[in-house]
Amino acid sequence: MLLYLLRRIVYAIPIAVAVGFVCFMLVQIAPGDPINAIVPPDAPADVVEQVRKDYGLDKPLPIQFGLWLWKVCHGDLGRSLATGRPVWSDLSSAIGNTLTLAVCASLLGFALGCLLGGIAGTFRGSFADRIATTLAVAGVSVPHYWLGMVLVVIFSVQLNWLPAMGAGPGGSADWSWDWEHIRHLILPMVTLSVIPMGIVTRTVRGLVAEIMNQEFITALRAKGLSTWTIFLHVVKNAAPNALAVMGLQLGYLMGGSILVETVFSWPGTGLLLNSAIFQRDLPVLQGTILVLAMFFVTLNLIVDLVQTTLDPRIKRA
Amino acid sequence: MTLKRLLLAAAFAAPLTLPGVASSQGTLRIGMTAADIPLTHGQPDQGFEGNRFTGFPLFDPLTAWDLSRPDRPTPLVPSLALSWEVDAANKTRWIVKLRPGVKFHDGSDFNADAVVWNVRKVLDRDAPQYDPRQVGLTATRMPALRRAEKVDDLTVALFTAEPDSFLPINLTNLFMVSPTHWQKLRDAAPTAEAAWNAFAANPSGTGPFKMVRFVPRERAEYVKNEAYWGGAPKLDRVILLPIPEANARTAALLSGQVDWIEAPSPDSVPQLKQRGMVITQNVQPHFWPWQPCFVGDSPLKDVRVRRAINLAIDRDGMKQLLGGFMEPATGTVEQGHPWWGNPTFKIRTDKAEARKLLAEAGYGPGKPLKFKVQISASGSGQMQPLQMNEYLQQDLKQVGVEVEFDVVDWNTLFTNWRQGCASPAARGAAATNVSISTMDPFFALVRFYDSKMAAPVSNNWGMFSDPRFDAMIAEARNSFEPAARDAALSKLHAAGVDEALFIWVAHDVSPRAMSAKVKGFVQPQSWFVDLKTVSIQ
Repeated sequence: MLLYLLRRIVYAIPIAVAVGFVCFMLVQIAPGDPINAIVPPDAPADVVEQVRKDYGLDKPLPIQFGLWLWKVCHGDLGRSLATGRPVWSDLSSAIGNTLTLAVCASLLGFALGCLLGGIAGTFRGSFADRIATTLAVAGVSVPHYWLGMVLVVIFSVQLNWLPAMGAGPGGSADWSWDWEHIRHLILPMVTLSVIPMGIVTRTVRGLVAEIMNQEFITALRAKGLSTWTIFLHVVKNAAPNALAVMGLQLGYLMGGSILVETVFSWPGTGLLLNSAIFQRDLPVLQGTILVLAMFFVTLNLIVDLVQTTLDPRIKRA
Repeated sequence: MTLKRLLLAAAFAAPLTLPGVASSQGTLRIGMTAADIPLTHGQPDQGFEGNRFTGFPLFDPLTAWDLSRPDRPTPLVPSLALSWEVDAANKTRWIVKLRPGVKFHDGSDFNADAVVWNVRKVLDRDAPQYDPRQVGLTATRMPALRRAEKVDDLTVALFTAEPDSFLPINLTNLFMVSPTHWQKLRDAAPTAEAAWNAFAANPSGTGPFKMVRFVPRERAEYVKNEAYWGGAPKLDRVILLPIPEANARTAALLSGQVDWIEAPSPDSVPQLKQRGMVITQNVQPHFWPWQPCFVGDSPLKDVRVRRAINLAIDRDGMKQLLGGFMEPATGTVEQGHPWWGNPTFKIRTDKAEARKLLAEAGYGPGKPLKFKVQISASGSGQMQPLQMNEYLQQDLKQVGVEVEFDVVDWNTLFTNWRQGCASPAARGAAATNVSISTMDPFFALVRFYDSKMAAPVSNNWGMFSDPRFDAMIAEARNSFEPAARDAALSKLHAAGVDEALFIWVAHDVSPRAMSAKVKGFVQPQSWFVDLKTVSIQ
């Protein structure tokens, strides 16, 4: 197991370099100029060139990439072109905010998904199954930014129950788990939870239905075990596959909530990426994508390890 | 309270009022369009929205705009400079007398040393306080300034590269920050860059507000500067919130999270009005044009074609499309402005005259005029570029003009703007669509009409070159009496309209929406506003 763990960590290194390189090249290939993050559009050419030199953006691309990589190896993600702030200082607070949102949305989505999927799989063809399946399809089909806007219109604009934007009355810097802050979390959390809810519902439904059809369930029933005990057996058998799906979903939520964070002005990595893309703020883009990619790799590794623990039949070479 | 109980409470809560609504007495909360708090180190980014909210409230320049009246273009007034005049013997030397008794927020004195220090922060690469980040944001807006020298404690001499009567106007863009406070931070920071970052989190200017809280990307909070030399503001506190998404800004206002939003979308205005919000607007020194290409095989080289297109546009129809949030443009500035002049070519809607001019230029049903315009789908100051351009496309079809669009993103559009229409980046476009600020004669006129400003030097994208215009610009730059300078600029503006050097379409009116609790707000004909007069009831 230790060897397996070490090998996976070593595998992450080329992934990190490749992610950094692809991100760097994509920004270079895309039309536009990172210098626009620093100087206004009406800047004369001499000023533009002077600033380009000051920031090292006049150096050949391989040297720019090499310098960035060297700094990253020394734990420095560089400084934002637009603000001059260290990338890590903005990124660390953004990751915390996104983690708060993504974990809460995942817990809600996974809980609802397991509940609905379990009911649907157990009572296939019933009215409850149809309701659960409809909700699951709706969950994966409805664009979540649209749902977010609808929730804001209903609960913020019309009913005035919940705030429309932000991460607390004083911002995320003084976040605490009290009602004043949690009420800012509710709408983005619900919005973000619908996709994992839908996917987990469909996955769990399929898994439960498949397991319920297996002979060992019939044997358990024949032995006279209670429904609860049989349910625990179903859960144990369904868990490894369901966990794999949930792990991926959490990873997607960490990196894929740009639209929801923008709709709710939630100061997470999605909003950070959004503004960095529009400003061509290369250091912020590279640093954020690199960290998110590493998060995804780590999450997959954790899921693999948990799967092995839950189901020893899954061997790790 | 446990998380479980809180979530249950959220699910079953009876209607709740937002606490922010009750706690806003004397506190103004503003939802900006920016995605981040504009830089607070003294030279804001994010365009003029930055100067509006993290420039003028925290810092003062040497000269400023009188923002007290909505009914006239904003005149230039003394700020930290009491007076200024060019040296009669040396027209590149300006003598500036400073306002006495002004103190920075940290208690240090504003004086000639501070001015010299602030000029060096962007123009002297050898100065310890030199900050490359601020160069792009400042040097571009005062292109002639080269250095400053102390004459005495309250007098400085400013030197320009060539005689330039625009300098006093340019100086509105250089904000004065406290050298003492910066040095204190520098002593504790490993580099000048780190010191500027520390300064941005804890700035010290001479402005009417002091920043007391800064959460990057989320909020900046100001309190009033009781000792402000121009009189203390009425508001106790101002909170700035970046809300880049227009629907989110509207929802934040309607739900009481903010008191004021910038640029509500036109679609939301009826609902905002119905909920008792006040919508304000006024002509902004800004215009939204198509900038023609004057070289190569561009059909817009022909003045008859440019005039025809200017006459073919139904600007009132476009105004209706935008819910009234624009003013038809008949020049870079409008009648009543000191630089208007009296153009003989009157821009109006006259499709018959447009068809006639096109026919004279050789275009008609058998040979329709076709050209490409490079546009963006969004962008700072670009208003509603897709809808407006599509409207123009439809409108021009009525006079037999077929327009094709090359849609690029905003960053790309203004990158290409610097490269000129002869460069491959233009991709054969005969016009580009970048909106333009007109606060300053250099930015309103000179950079487009001066042959020396042809791309890539500046924004003469169309590579326009005419010795008559170069001479008029030289005359304006060498007219040091404000009245003579304005007269020279009005001649230049009128000549530009007569030659139809732009396709003028619209002036932005800078719509904003605010709660009825916001009192005392005046929306001047400016990019900037005076927050000192505002209060919350």
